[in-house]
This record gives sequence, C-alpha cells and structure tokens, in this order.
Amino acid sequence: METTYREALRQALDDAMTADSAITLLGEEVGRYGGAYGVTKGLLEKFGKERVIDAPISEAGIVGAAVGAAMTGLRPVAELMYVDFIGLAMDQVANQAAKIRYMFGGQIGVPMVLRAPCGTGRSGGAQHSQSLEAWILHMPGLRLAMPGTVSDAYHLLRAALRLPDPVVFIEHKALYVRKGELDTQRMDAPWGRAIMRRGGRDATIVAYSRMVHRALEAAEALAADGISAEVIDLRTLNPLDMETVSASVARTGRALVASEGHLTGGAAAEIAAQIQEACFDWLEEPILRLAAEDVPVPVSPALEAASVPTAESIARTVRRMVHR
Amino acid sequence: MKTARRGATGSARRAPAAKARGGIGHNAAALSDADRLGLFKSMARIREFEDQVHRSYLEGLVHGTTHLCQGQEAVSVGAAKPLREDDFVSYTYRGHGHCLARGMEMENAFAELFGRSTGVCQGLGGSMHLQDIERGLIGSFGIVGAGMPVAVGAGLTAQLNGRGQVSMSFFGDGACNIGAFHESLNIAQVWKLPVLFVCENNLYGEFTRINHTTPFEDLVQRAAGYAMNAVAVDGNDVEAVYAAVEPAVARAREGGGPTFIECKTYRHRGHSRTDPAKYRPQEELDAWLKRDPLILYRARLKELKLLTDREADQISADARAAAQAAAQRAAAAPWPDKDQDFMAKVYV
Repeated sequence: METTYREALRQALDDAMTADSAITLLGEEVGRYGGAYGVTKGLLEKFGKERVIDAPISEAGIVGAAVGAAMTGLRPVAELMYVDFIGLAMDQVANQAAKIRYMFGGQIGVPMVLRAPCGTGRSGGAQHSQSLEAWILHMPGLRLAMPGTVSDAYHLLRAALRLPDPVVFIEHKALYVRKGELDTQRMDAPWGRAIMRRGGRDATIVAYSRMVHRALEAAEALAADGISAEVIDLRTLNPLDMETVSASVARTGRALVASEGHLTGGAAAEIAAQIQEACFDWLEEPILRLAAEDVPVPVSPALEAASVPTAESIARTVRRMVHR
Repeated sequence: MKTARRGATGSARRAPAAKARGGIGHNAAALSDADRLGLFKSMARIREFEDQVHRSYLEGLVHGTTHLCQGQEAVSVGAAKPLREDDFVSYTYRGHGHCLARGMEMENAFAELFGRSTGVCQGLGGSMHLQDIERGLIGSFGIVGAGMPVAVGAGLTAQLNGRGQVSMSFFGDGACNIGAFHESLNIAQVWKLPVLFVCENNLYGEFTRINHTTPFEDLVQRAAGYAMNAVAVDGNDVEAVYAAVEPAVARAREGGGPTFIECKTYRHRGHSRTDPAKYRPQEELDAWLKRDPLILYRARLKELKLLTDREADQISADARAAAQAAAQRAAAAPWPDKDQDFMAKVYV
C-alpha cells in the first residue's frame, strides 16, 4: 500500500507497541501533542500515558531515563525533537548507552532506540538542520539507522525495536511527507544490509537517507546521457555493509559517496576510506565525496539548498569521474 | 540489653514522611540485634576492603586510579538496609562501598580493580565501573551525575512494573551542580517515580571545598526547588541513615514518589589515589576522624551491650583477613585473554 514516511514510522511504533508491552515512548511533546513532526500522533490515546510519556525539555534526562529503563527491563523509544539537540544528551548517548554493555563486562545491554530527525530543507537554520551521524558513527557500541524509503522507515524501526543494543535512528525531516510503497510483511533486505536501488556499470553512488533519492535522480539524468550509475542505499551506517558496497565498486571501478553531513571528518570520509582499503585494485578513479559544506547551515533557502549535495551536483561529479 | 522496639517496619511504613524530616529519628523503624551487628560487620567489611585496596595500589596491583570511601561507610550500609533484592541501585566511581553493602564478593571486586578475568566485569570496567546485575547493582558511573538520569529510568521501570520496586541513586555533593542532577530531580518529581536520591555530602568536590562551588552547604535545600520530600541526616551515624531512608523507601514503594536524602559525611582519604588531600584544614579532618562511623557505631553497640571491644576488634580482624585473602586470590587470577575477550562484548 502507498503511505508516507511519517505514517510508516507511526505504524511501526504502533505495531511494535502492540507486539511488545515493554516498548515505552518518552520525549518532548510525544504524547498530547503527538510529536513535533506528528510521528507519535494517536499513540497516547491508544496505549495510555504510562507508555507514551511527555517529558520536560531535558534531553539528558530523557535519554538517561531511557538508558536506565532499558537496563532494567523496558524497551524505551526516546525522541529528540531535532538531532541538533543531541549535544545536550551526548554524555548519556556516548558515555552511557554506548559503553554499558562493554565496560560492565557484558552483563547487560541497553536495548533502546533514540529517534531524531535530521537534515536541511525547512530553513531551520544552523541549530535545527544538521546531519550529525558522524558523531554517532564514531562511537563503538551504538547502532545507527538512517532510512531513506517509506519501507525502510517501517522495517528498520521494527528491526531496531528487536535489537539488544542501543540504536540511534535518524529520520530525515524532508522525507516525512514523501510517499512510497509499504508492505509490512516484506522487508527490502535484512537489518544491517545495504541494498542496490538501481543497477549500473560505470560508477557506484553510495548514499543513505535523503541522498538516496538525489542519487537516483542523478542516475536517471545520467542514463539519458548514456552513463550507467549504480545506487547503493546503506540503510544502516552501523552495521556498515561494506560487502555490498565493495562488490558494487569492484564491478564499476568508480565510487562517489554522497552525504548530507559535513565533509570534514564526516561519514562519507569513513565510507570512502573503507572502499579504498577494500577496492584499491579495482579503482579506475579516485573515490570522491559529496557532502555538506563545512559551514553552519544557512537559513536563506537559496543558500541552504546550495550547502548540501543535489541531484545536479551528484550527476556533475559522476560525469567528471567517467570523463564525459 | 535490648532497646525497646518502637514501631515495627510495618508501622514505620504508615508513618507520615514528615516524621523523617524531623532529623535523626533513631526510633523511626526498629532494628533487631542481629540487624545492628550486621550493619557493623558490613561497615567493617567495607573499611577493610578499602584499606586493602590502598595497600594493593601501593603494590602496583590496582590499574588506573581508585576512589576510596573510608569514612562514608555508614551511608552505603544504612541506605542499603531497607532495600529488597529486586531494587535497583546506582552509584558513583567512589562506589566500592555501595557494592559491598549489597553483598558483592570481595574477591570479584578486587579482581575487577586488578583488571583480571575473574572481576565482576571481567576486567573491562575497573575500579570506577563495578556492576553486579544479580544484586541489583546496575552500575557505577565515572562521570559526575551521569548515573542520576539512569536511576530515574530504573525508577520508571519500577513504576511500570508495579511490584513496589525502588531505584536508589547515590551521588556526591559535586553532582548537585551538574545539569543531569537538576533534570533528574525534576523528572522524578513530575513523574512521581520511586527514586531515592541519596546525596553523600562529603564537603569536597574533587579538591575544592563546597563553599567555593555552591551557595550553601546544606544540599537538602536543593530538593525544595523541585517540591521534593527531603531529609538531612548525620551520614556518619548508620542508624540515622537507615532511619531516614527506610520511611522514604516505604513511601516510594507505595507510590508516594521520590525523596532526597542528604547524608552529611566526610572522606578520610583524598579524592583519588594520587591526592594526599593537603587542601583540608587539619582541625576539620581531626574532627571528622573522631566521628568515624565505625567508632561511633562501636560505641553505640557497646552502650547497647551488643558488642565488646574485643568482639569489635575481632570483627575487624576477620574482615581484614578476608580482604587480604580475597586480594591475594584476585591477584593470582588470570588476565583476560586479549585475543578472545577484547572486542566481543561491544555488541551482542
């Protein structure tokens, strides 16, 4: 059936909460208001205030409470209104959630999901538009999902809610209204596996979250010029499925990594490095990265749009790589 | 001679929380002779454990730093007394006492400090990260205040479980100035969670006295800002701690919400093993050493004719021998296998 990314997320929470009574939502505005982006609308009415809990504006308190609840038997889903606010909770994310299983000798895990929207497209400005996945990717102990499609919004969230380890689940706010097909009985690929969204021979575009759609648009435009680009959707950055990526790059000999996070020290840099290590002998060209400019995200729509990769910039870069 | 039993546990539970507010409250809940001897033994066990950690450190057996709690034993022991096996306890890097008070085995605790495979966390955590899930010891947190939101989360689990469990959070005076403290108190109060906030006010945050960092020394005042039930007690008097905590625990079990308990105490040693604590006035240290919780409680038990000096010395000597033997066994335990154990536990 056709639905939206937002509705798929809501459906995933609804179905998961029906299946598992330990799942409890907490966050700012998640209950009575229904979520700043409406993802949790109706869940308070359906599951009650014991399982859909409105919290004060206290990110460290919310995420920390989720950590403690997860350690003691619940399966909490904490929501940050924007991923930009994760700095307020970073001690709980990076020093507690990520480390508790390991530093206590594997006695106990932290089976929680931390949902947060990222990305540009709404003129949110420098503090409400970032893509901070690199902060999470850097930290051992945290799983990281970044769904780009309606189907993955549903299935990756359901999968995250069955995992024994903490998952940071970053949604793209520009995708909430995007429509797509959802079959709740069929997942595109298992959790942790990347997927080829479009086959091609000349170059591989590695993307995730909203960049998957821009990569597909670029591939379409390139096809009109006789350039065949393959698009790999990572779906999760931890686990990072380099097997699928490497298999593709080994065939095409060229790799472009597209990300909405900042260029320097970003997720694209890590992925590019791993491709280089795995595929050096197959590479025809240097691996390139397209990522957000190293500036705070500007508000003006003209500048905001120019600060992140577009379908045009992706297509232009691939043309450069194939010298056409 | 036995003291009159004024109020069994059951009646203490019905007592209004305001009673605990009154202060020391020795009569708030009854302790049997066996209970009292148990409290003394538990404190002696912690003291001897910590003294042995100090000796082991000097022998080079403890890796990394360690934060000792001599002088604060009455807080760990008195506060743990009213807890059930299924309650949750979280604590700080100065957390050996809290673990031992809940029955952690000395040998596994030493082995953890020594980085050995038989440690409670298999040598992965060390002195600052002891955990024993079977005993409800959900973790010692190395970041000041970081355990408090986690304790709130455990309180949420307890509340939703509906089995009368509570979550007890130990933290120091230093934590009272960090954001997580304020968020935790506020959330616990707004959600009426069964959380006991046990503040060990030992007057020093690391190397700085409280008057340089905090506008007042009576940290119980912090609770008023969150409209939270609160009590301040002499943290060197184990029965006073128990008498303050027991009604608060009972209240939390019954859905009455959180309580803030300030325990005024003092650490005999420095902040960590490299700190000789020269910044403390001698007269302040001397005054607190006279109020050593073990000395105070020994005198009390003698007064009650429950213990002679000889018996008390024997309890300490036995605990010392047990600590020495446990440390010796721990030091002989194998290191973790770096090829097998190093990466395996990051994820399931």
